[in-house]
Amino acid sequence: MIEQALTPTPAGRPARLAAVLRRNPLLTVGAALSLIVVLAGLFAPILAPHPADAYVATHPTETLLPPSGLHPFGTDQLGRDILTRVLYGARISPLIAVLVLLIACVVGIPLGIAAGYFGGLIDDVLMRITDVFLAFPALLLALAFAAVLSPSIGNTTLAIALTWWPWYTRLVRGQAASVAGRQYVEAARALGVPHRRILLRHVLPNSITPLIVQVSLDVSAVILTASALSFLGLGAQDPTPDWGLMVSQGQSYFTTQWWLVTFPGAAILLTAVAFNLLGDGLRDVLDPRRVPTR
Amino acid sequence: MIRYVVRRVALAILVVAGVVVLTFVIARVVPGDPAVSWAGPHASRAEIARVRHDLGLDRPLPVQIGRYFIGVLGGDWGTSIHTHRPVLSDIMDRAPASIELVLVALLFSLVVGIPLGLVSAKWPGKTADGVIRVGAVLGVSMPAFWLALILQLVFFQRLHLLPVAGQYDPNLDYTHPLTQYTRMVLVDALVTGNWSVLRSAAAHVVLPALVIASYPLGVITRMVRASVLDSVGEDHVRMVRSLGFPERSVFGRFALKLALNPVIAVVALVFAYSLANTFLVEAIFDWPGLGSYAADSISSLDTPAIVGVTLFVAIVYVLANLIVDLVQAWLDPRIALR
Repeated sequence: MIEQALTPTPAGRPARLAAVLRRNPLLTVGAALSLIVVLAGLFAPILAPHPADAYVATHPTETLLPPSGLHPFGTDQLGRDILTRVLYGARISPLIAVLVLLIACVVGIPLGIAAGYFGGLIDDVLMRITDVFLAFPALLLALAFAAVLSPSIGNTTLAIALTWWPWYTRLVRGQAASVAGRQYVEAARALGVPHRRILLRHVLPNSITPLIVQVSLDVSAVILTASALSFLGLGAQDPTPDWGLMVSQGQSYFTTQWWLVTFPGAAILLTAVAFNLLGDGLRDVLDPRRVPTR
Repeated sequence: MIRYVVRRVALAILVVAGVVVLTFVIARVVPGDPAVSWAGPHASRAEIARVRHDLGLDRPLPVQIGRYFIGVLGGDWGTSIHTHRPVLSDIMDRAPASIELVLVALLFSLVVGIPLGLVSAKWPGKTADGVIRVGAVLGVSMPAFWLALILQLVFFQRLHLLPVAGQYDPNLDYTHPLTQYTRMVLVDALVTGNWSVLRSAAAHVVLPALVIASYPLGVITRMVRASVLDSVGEDHVRMVRSLGFPERSVFGRFALKLALNPVIAVVALVFAYSLANTFLVEAIFDWPGLGSYAADSISSLDTPAIVGVTLFVAIVYVLANLIVDLVQAWLDPRIALR
């Protein structure tokens, strides 16, 4: 272990990256799988055998066909090619995850920094508010929000983001509070540097690393939550090729036509595994001391 | 210690109060004008005004929150639009089945997850460790509703091994009627010595419990692995080892004891997560618990019921967290001093 630490890392970024990946095989697998999912989403129109089936096309004469050369994953109750829809699905769940995490960061980081840096009343009030939000399991609170909003992808994203920001406020607040007490911040304050500059130049950059790790770990949690909401009918609506919705619609047929449920669900699992491995690997590399809590 | 308990209980009460306010916001503020949705799409303006008055929606917001609060405290959680019964009594009827399911799943996760985590930490980097880690990642990445459908397909459709619907064989109600005390079938059957129902109920709980257990099993395994690996490096564990204790007790007793604290901390978290997961699973297995109640309420847009279940689970979660904190402080008195 010690020898490993003392061995000079090979010069050059690609070589260093290669060394990191070699030492973390699971990170490599996670990165590769995540890349596959992202590429599948980006190039869905090229890769999909029947791009028209992704949304409105239906083929009443080709319903519920088992997997074959023409339809590798079979067709659904409206005769749409399931492989096509699964590939297009890679444009939906990951996008929801990115939007949710972006909103959660935009809301959560400033509040967390403010609470941690200023302390006092702002801190107390904000932390009690996050306490309340964190008293709900994420899926449940998102579900309640989604249930009272009308079902759509936008509202699903909003509902999940509403439940997610307090986690980040909490995390950033802890970091910011410890950074705020450091000497270089005190020195900057003593020199009369304005708060805004201290926050942006010193507190923010130094409290953000654990958040990056957490965000990468949360991608799969958001994807699972979003697909659960779709499964319950609170997310994307037909004909959107959303994986959770496809599983839900395939439910009525799955005892005889297993392919309707199996492939979209496997896509959810694969995506969640990919981003979980990626997040775990990033944590080991960036923040080796932290023990997973969630 | 007493000061810590008092402070912790006070905080829990404060959080529950906040939870009630937040559910109020979800039920009354987020949906736009609840009176319009209550009265239905074809209601006239006068009808909407009447509904608004009946619901107290024409009062100032603080008054509304106050009334809602008093109602919730007094057991008035609203009336379900779907079942036309008080939401709280619906919940009390349904909760035991869900709690039983989640407890079985958690017990299974602990009994299986702790040894797996230990094995993984004992031989890090070896094949067993690799398999267990990949298994744990699969567990936490699993869409529960999909796993439920796949298990049904495999075990019922193809293998005919295990029952996939309900809590026990309903025919037993005629031959071996079950006296209900706790409404948890396994417990009631065990207490009353009703072995036929017990056997049937045990077979029925396997598949849904496995599905619910997938996430906690993954979390607990990873948790045990990480914290045992951490504690093996600590001085007193090295000391125990150098004193010549056999490897098995170094791991099984000394390192494990240290590792259990974070595991206890995470149990409350996964308990609540699993309760929410029953929403996805119970309907598939026809399990008469909170989850299928919630799924019904969602499909019939029964806002009072959805909000009621949300409130109930959040309160259970706050209580579970409170209990865990107190247990931890009891095990490790230093926590109370912080």
